[in-house]
Amino acid sequence: MNTHTSGPREGRTGTGARVLRVHPDGTASPGSRTFGLVLIVALVAFGAFALVLSPADSGAQASENEMGQLVRIMYVHVPVAIASYLAFLVTAVGSIAYLWKKTEGWDLLAAASAEVGVVFTGLTLATGSIWGHIAWGTWWEWDARLTSTLLLFVMYLGYLALRRAVLDPVVRAKRSAVVGLVAFVNVPIVHYSVDWWRSLHQTATISRFDPTIDGLKLFALLFGMVVVQALYVWLMIHRFRLQFAEARLESKGLDVALAERRAEAAADTTSPLVGAPKGTN
Amino acid sequence: MTAADAARGPSGSVTTMLRDASLVLAKDLRLEWRSRVIVSQVVPFAVLVLVLFAFALDPDRRTLTEATPGLFWLAVLFSTLLALQRAFGVEAADGVTDALRLSGLDPAGIFLGKAAGIAVHLLALQVVLGLGVTLFYGATPHGPVLLVCTCLAATAGLAAVGSLYGVLAAGMRVRDTLLPLLLLPVVAPVLIAATEAFAAAYDRSSGEGWRWFGLLAVFALLYLAMGIFAFEPLLEES
Repeated sequence: MNTHTSGPREGRTGTGARVLRVHPDGTASPGSRTFGLVLIVALVAFGAFALVLSPADSGAQASENEMGQLVRIMYVHVPVAIASYLAFLVTAVGSIAYLWKKTEGWDLLAAASAEVGVVFTGLTLATGSIWGHIAWGTWWEWDARLTSTLLLFVMYLGYLALRRAVLDPVVRAKRSAVVGLVAFVNVPIVHYSVDWWRSLHQTATISRFDPTIDGLKLFALLFGMVVVQALYVWLMIHRFRLQFAEARLESKGLDVALAERRAEAAADTTSPLVGAPKGTN
Repeated sequence: MTAADAARGPSGSVTTMLRDASLVLAKDLRLEWRSRVIVSQVVPFAVLVLVLFAFALDPDRRTLTEATPGLFWLAVLFSTLLALQRAFGVEAADGVTDALRLSGLDPAGIFLGKAAGIAVHLLALQVVLGLGVTLFYGATPHGPVLLVCTCLAATAGLAAVGSLYGVLAAGMRVRDTLLPLLLLPVVAPVLIAATEAFAAAYDRSSGEGWRWFGLLAVFALLYLAMGIFAFEPLLEES
């Protein structure tokens, strides 16, 4: 470890120590606990609206497509998909800001958001696949949006794998910032290429202005949007604090090791040959 | 670096970049000329992949002919991984990366030089593979201009993003397993576009093919620009 990497980090151990002292038992704070409680209540209410209170898609009205109970999976699928795009956008912003500012926080933000984004993308693929199995009769269809989402999923799995593989925090931050940027720039290219390659997905329901869903169903969908984005924020708070604590632990381990070596050297002062404390700095 | 920057001045930076690129390219080509790793290992591997595809798909000529564009570009992609590992393996040994960094060469020039070296290797490989699919699969192309343009654009894109990821994974213990996972999803659009453009060239319906060529060109330009921008922080590290 050279002085270039350890210098700024030691400078910020003050704030790190404070964060850890305020929350000795984990990554929660009074604010995030309250937020979490509100979120639980909102999730229960969302479940009630999505699963019980909103009507099934019976096909009785002109706007309905006879999807029956199947329509309910949309209340999860669409918000989770949007949250995953949001997460990858945050990763890209964090990556660019890291390359620009070179401060640790941006790197940790990008990392935390990529983790949450991969989970949400996995959920998007799973719910979409279940929907497709019933609506189209196949678990997988080589349709444009499914395929590009799958590629997105694999790209960010690679991003997380890279983060696991590099040990030095500064090297890891630089390399993963470049990958986070490349992966995000690649999203439109993947989208267009796969879109031209083949397209049979039904047109997006929510972006059309003639509302084909209305009343309680529309409310359940919009409520789901709010709840899932709030869930993303809550997960991000905790993942970010965890990343921060991990980084502190890494540098603390280094400090402890350095202190031990210095103590050893100091204990050896009886021997005139070892003037070591100067050397370790 | 700072002395070189000062000496270079704002006007000469592009010529310096290109001069440094040609130096790195010449170094890599000289290395290949002496070691012949690409010629004696990667090219035979690519031909072997063509033969294995025939085993997997039953050497019924029609299946193979129909699948020729895709199989050609899959073989190119797999060989690209090997060529990249070779190109950055030689940099990882004996502290060559540090030497390059200390040499005062423009990082963007190093990037372009590495990319150009890989592109030359890949183009040579594609000539052999093109003969291979004609010989083994009986596929005869009809649109030579589209074919050549597709090869050039796709190769530029593969070399650009490959060099960027190659230096990124260089020097890591898990390089050989990580590089394919990182690279293949990113170059998936190249596989799709080049395959479609080739299919148009083999079917004499080259009108659609030029749209795919456009996508390949955009991909190549985008990643060349990103490499020029992002190579410096990657080279500077640790």
